[in-house]
Amino acid sequence: MNKIKEAFRNGKAFIAFITCGDPDLDTTAAAIHAAVENGADLIELGIPFSDPTAEGPVIHGANVRALNGGVTTDQIFTFVKNLRHDISIPLVFTTYANVVFSYGTERFLATCQEIGIDGLILPDLPFEEKEEFLPSCHKYGIGFISLIAPTSQNRIAMIAKEAEGFLYIASSLGTTDAKSEIKASLSSIVQIARQYADIPCAIGCDIATPEQAKDMAAIADGAIVGSAIVSLLEKYGKDAPAYIGDYVKAMKEAM
Amino acid sequence: MTNPRGRFGIHGGQYIPETLMNAVIELEKAYDHYKDEPTFNQELTELLNEYAGRPSRLYFADKMSRDLCGAKIYLKREDLNHTGSHKINNVLGQALLAKKMGKTRLIAETGAGQHGVATATAAALLDMKCVVFMGEEDTIRQALNVYRMKLLGADVVSVKSGTATLKDAVSEAMREWTSRIADTHYCLGSVMGPHPFPTIVRDFQAVISKETKAQLLAKEGRLPDAVIACVGGGSNAMGSFYHFIDHKEVMLIGCEAAGRGIDTFETAATVNTGRVGIFHGMKSYFCQDAYGQIAPVYSISAGLDYPGIGPEHAYLHDIGRAQYVPVTDDEAVDAFEYLAKTEGIICAIESAHAVAHAMKIAPTMRKEQIIVITISGRGDKDCAAIARYRGEDIHE
Repeated sequence: MNKIKEAFRNGKAFIAFITCGDPDLDTTAAAIHAAVENGADLIELGIPFSDPTAEGPVIHGANVRALNGGVTTDQIFTFVKNLRHDISIPLVFTTYANVVFSYGTERFLATCQEIGIDGLILPDLPFEEKEEFLPSCHKYGIGFISLIAPTSQNRIAMIAKEAEGFLYIASSLGTTDAKSEIKASLSSIVQIARQYADIPCAIGCDIATPEQAKDMAAIADGAIVGSAIVSLLEKYGKDAPAYIGDYVKAMKEAM
Repeated sequence: MTNPRGRFGIHGGQYIPETLMNAVIELEKAYDHYKDEPTFNQELTELLNEYAGRPSRLYFADKMSRDLCGAKIYLKREDLNHTGSHKINNVLGQALLAKKMGKTRLIAETGAGQHGVATATAAALLDMKCVVFMGEEDTIRQALNVYRMKLLGADVVSVKSGTATLKDAVSEAMREWTSRIADTHYCLGSVMGPHPFPTIVRDFQAVISKETKAQLLAKEGRLPDAVIACVGGGSNAMGSFYHFIDHKEVMLIGCEAAGRGIDTFETAATVNTGRVGIFHGMKSYFCQDAYGQIAPVYSISAGLDYPGIGPEHAYLHDIGRAQYVPVTDDEAVDAFEYLAKTEGIICAIESAHAVAHAMKIAPTMRKEQIIVITISGRGDKDCAAIARYRGEDIHE
C-alpha cells in the first residue's frame, strides 16, 4: 500500500489514466511504456465496464472500444503480470464495482496482489459502501483510493480521515469563465483534507493543457489526466503511444 | 422493511459516485420530514384524487373469468389514471417533494415513455422545468409518447449510447444529475437506484395495494389469493404487492419480460436469468456476462426492457415471499389481444405480461379463488408496434 506514496516522492506526481484494451492490449502496453519513459509517476489502469455511469463521453468511448475489442478482466490480469517485468512505478486499477464483485471480490483482490497492482479506484463506490471491498483490499495489501467531489462539502473530513494511498479529488474545470472559482474551491478542498489526513492529494478535473497541470500541481500533490490521453488514443489508435509520450513529457515539465 | 441505508436483505444500498452522495442524503432527509407531514400528505392526496383520478377502479372481469373457467379475476385499473399509467402516482409525490425542497427542475429517464409523460405532466402542473432522457431505440418505438412529452413542455434527450434503451437512459439521467444537483431533482421512475429511491417510489406506489385491499374487502369480504403484476424495475408490482406482503396467504407474482424466451439471449427476465450484481446505485439481480458486463437485454416492451430489478423485489425473491415468472413476447401479445377482445380493454404491452400469466394460472384455480391483475397502463402507445409484430404496417 505504501508503494502508492512513492509516486509522490519526487515532486508533484503526474498520474496517467489509460483504459486497458483501447483499442488493443499491445497499444495499451506501448502507451504505458511511453508515459512511464516520459515521466509518469503512477498509472491508473481502467478495466472497461459496459456502463461507466460516472464518466464523460470520452472515457465512455474508450470503454466501448475496449469491450468491442473483446478484452476481459482475465486478459488484463495476464497483461499486468507481463507489464510488471519492466514497469516498476505504482499501478492502480480503476473500474466499476460490478466488475470486481462479479469476479468475486476476494479472488479479484488476491489476483491484484499476485500481479503487482497497488491500489483500487471504484468511482461508483462512496464512503458509505466501502465495507463491501475494504476487508479484501486490506487482506491483500491493495490501497483503496477514496474520491472527493466539489459537492462533498461536510463529508471531506470523514473521507480524508480513512483515506489510503492518495486522495482523489474529482472535479470538472467547466467553462473558462468559472475557472478561477473552481480553482479556489479545489484549493479549499485540499486544505480541508490536509487538516485530517497526512496523505497526498491528487486532482483529476479534465486537465488537458500543461498550464492547467501547472495550476493543479500548485494546489495539490499531483495531477490526474484521463480524457486528454484517451482522446489521443481515440484520434490516433495504434499510433497513439508516440503522441502520448510527447504529451506526458510536456505536462510533467510544466509541473 | 428497510434497514439503514436502504438494505433489503443483502440488496439495495447506495452504490453511486461521491458527487451524488449529498444529493441523496438531502433527499432522504427531506423525505423523512415530509412523508408524515399532514400538509404534504393533504396536498398529495388532493393531487392524486382530483387531478390524477384516484382511487382507480377495481373491476371484476366477469367475461374473462367465465372464459378461463377458473378463479375470479379482478383488474386494478391503473390504466385509467391521468396520463394513462401508474407512473403518475410516484411522479406527483416526487414532484411535490422536489418543489418543497426548492428544486426548480425535474429530470427523468423513461423506457416506454409513460414515466416521461407523467414527469412532464407534473412539471407542467407544478411550474417546473423538465428534461427526459430516452433511449434512441425507444424514441422510435414510442414516438407518440415523445410527442406528448414535448407537447407538455419537456425537452426529450435521445440517448444513443450503449443499447440506446432504458438502461442507457438511466445512466444518462444519473450523469446529468451528477453535473447539476443544486436546482435539479432526479425523478426516478421505478423502485430502483440508490437509497432512498426504492423506498420513496414504493411508498408512493403503495396506494395501489392500499386501495385494492379496501376495494376487494368491500366487494368480496376477503383478500385475494393471488396478486399479479408485470416487473421491469418493478414499481407497479411493488405498489401492488406492498400491503399484502404481511398476508402470507396472498400469492405475489411478478411477471418478467422473457422476450424471445429465457433460453435465448434476447430476454430481459432478470430474476430468471441474472445474478447478483452492483449497478445503477444498487445491489440486486442483473442480467450480465461472466465478467460483470451488463447484458444488452431485449423485450417487445420498452417499459420492461431493463437488465435489473428493484432491490426489494430481489429480497422478496430471496425469502420466497414473491415469485417471478417469465412471460415471452408472443404470450404478451396474445394476452394484449385477448384482453381487448374479451373485456374491451386495450392494456399496455407491459401489463399484458401480467395478463398472460393470469391466463395460465386462472384455469388451474377454483371458482371461489380470486386473482387481482394490475393493469399498469393503457395500450394506445403500443398499437402501432403490435400491428408491426403481427406483420401489419400502420401509420399513426
